Amino acid sequence: MKQVLDPEMPLSLFRIDPETKSALPARGAPPVLSPFDENALEAALRIKDDEKAKVTVITLGRRLVRAVVTASLAAGADELLLLEDASFNEFDPFLTASALAAAIRKRGPYDLVLCGLQAADTNAGLVPIGIACLLGVTCLTGAREVRLKEESVVVARSLAYGYEVLEAPCPAVVTVTYEVGSLREPGVEAFMSASAKPVIVWTAADLELEQAGMAGGRTEILRMEVPVRASRCEILEGESVQAKAEQLVSRLQQAKVI
Amino acid sequence: MVPPADGRGVLVYCEVEGGRLAPLALEVLGVGRRLASALGQELGAVLIGEGVAPLASEVIVHGADKVYVGEAGLLCEYVLELYLPVVEEAIEQAQPAILLFGHTLVGRELAPWTAFRRGVVASMDCVALEIDPHTKRLLMTRPVYGGNAQAVQVSMGDPQVATVRAKTMAPAVKDHGRYGQVVELKAGGRLPAPRVKVLERKAEPGTRVKLEEARVVVAGGRGIGSASGFKQLEELAGLLGGAVGATRPPCDAKWAKESQQIGITGRIVGPELYIAVALSGASQHLAGCSAAKVIVAINKDPEANIFHVVDYGIADDWKAVVPALLSCLRARTDKETEGIWR
Repeated sequence: MKQVLDPEMPLSLFRIDPETKSALPARGAPPVLSPFDENALEAALRIKDDEKAKVTVITLGRRLVRAVVTASLAAGADELLLLEDASFNEFDPFLTASALAAAIRKRGPYDLVLCGLQAADTNAGLVPIGIACLLGVTCLTGAREVRLKEESVVVARSLAYGYEVLEAPCPAVVTVTYEVGSLREPGVEAFMSASAKPVIVWTAADLELEQAGMAGGRTEILRMEVPVRASRCEILEGESVQAKAEQLVSRLQQAKVI
Repeated sequence: MVPPADGRGVLVYCEVEGGRLAPLALEVLGVGRRLASALGQELGAVLIGEGVAPLASEVIVHGADKVYVGEAGLLCEYVLELYLPVVEEAIEQAQPAILLFGHTLVGRELAPWTAFRRGVVASMDCVALEIDPHTKRLLMTRPVYGGNAQAVQVSMGDPQVATVRAKTMAPAVKDHGRYGQVVELKAGGRLPAPRVKVLERKAEPGTRVKLEEARVVVAGGRGIGSASGFKQLEELAGLLGGAVGATRPPCDAKWAKESQQIGITGRIVGPELYIAVALSGASQHLAGCSAAKVIVAINKDPEANIFHVVDYGIADDWKAVVPALLSCLRARTDKETEGIWR
């Protein structure tokens, strides 16, 4: 689960750091867990509702706000693994996937890796596929429903004209969309017991990442800009609401969109 | 993983939908042609499926110099593990400098897989693609931070892989005078047994496609205030032959369905007309509708952010504006019907 700038925060708080070509932490808008990643945790907790399962949440970042990232424990996860290192970079999906794959391997046997379809900041959806690629397992993307069936995972996902149900052998990586459902509100008991749950912190050195470096293959961000939104809006004036509505209809007819 | 090699030319993946080239395939061909011409190099296109070979001539008419066709009964529908080796066979043959996909369910998988397996990173959901006149590298512009910012990035290795957001690139122009070469891919003969099984595939009429394909979308925000408010939006959308969407708060409050949510965390639409009603205009939402041709906002707060990004605005209470619009539109429909009888 990734810690991201709140995607719903007011645009007026949003600032780009020209040095790092990334967004600055916003004063007055605390970070949140990326929305699709919350859906992924919900999918994991639903599996745990039905059968004996242990849910480990992994969060990776440069500076993780404990109050934000431990929300996963309060919601019902069993343990939290924090990968925290100044060298991590959200715009380097290869490094991120390498660190996560290394952490998954180091943590031990697993049946299923659940991720959000894409993060709210980088909007790419590369890391889950990178993890699958590095772990040598399959990746099913865009699930709206996830179930475990014996040694395999069964996933339903929406298509343009309907849906499909796929089955893959475990272990596998599965990404989920908002259709899975919102993350449950923590119950009083879960909330109280969260502070007793284990939180493990690993750095890049703990993951022995140095050999994962890949020469020349990355992408480089040349510029990061807040798009200039030239206000071209015509506010329709009129004596009455009816007059404004009539003007709008006539403008839309001229533009041939109705 | 193989180290990145220097490539030549542009290769695009053309998605087929119901036996025809998908609209986005024509847009990907359009931008592919433009980039190939800017480089003075060849445009290749990949066609995969069952019965797709006859589409090759259409792909050539739309700008391709060479079409790589992967034709096999097993490929009748998209399965990652079956399609990936076929795409990779085309990549091995073409050795492209640039590799483009549409940003669809298919492209969202094929682009990262082909890129990672070649030691490069794909740039997803691009809204602009240009060749840098000095370096000849591909400048890829993509929205990040929920649409609050745009990153312009380059890939340090080849192929430079990108997916293209629907309705952001001009579709290819037909030229019946063009000719090109068709290359048959052998992949059909040596497809692996997939680890992933398709247990079921079903059409769900009406539910999913509607928003993405609607010519008109009416979207409601927090200010709508109730499920019955959304009924009024349904009426407006109905008169315009459109569909109803929502921002996140109405979906959380169950006034609208989860499947109606438009935005980075929901659906991405690009209709001819987008009517934003009683919503403030959070970037997260706007990123899901900014491809619309004409955007209208109705909001009683004249300072709302939404007015900065739309073409026409009515700064008034939607509860008065929507009924007024309904009556205008009904009057217009009556007039048109009269015209027919005259």
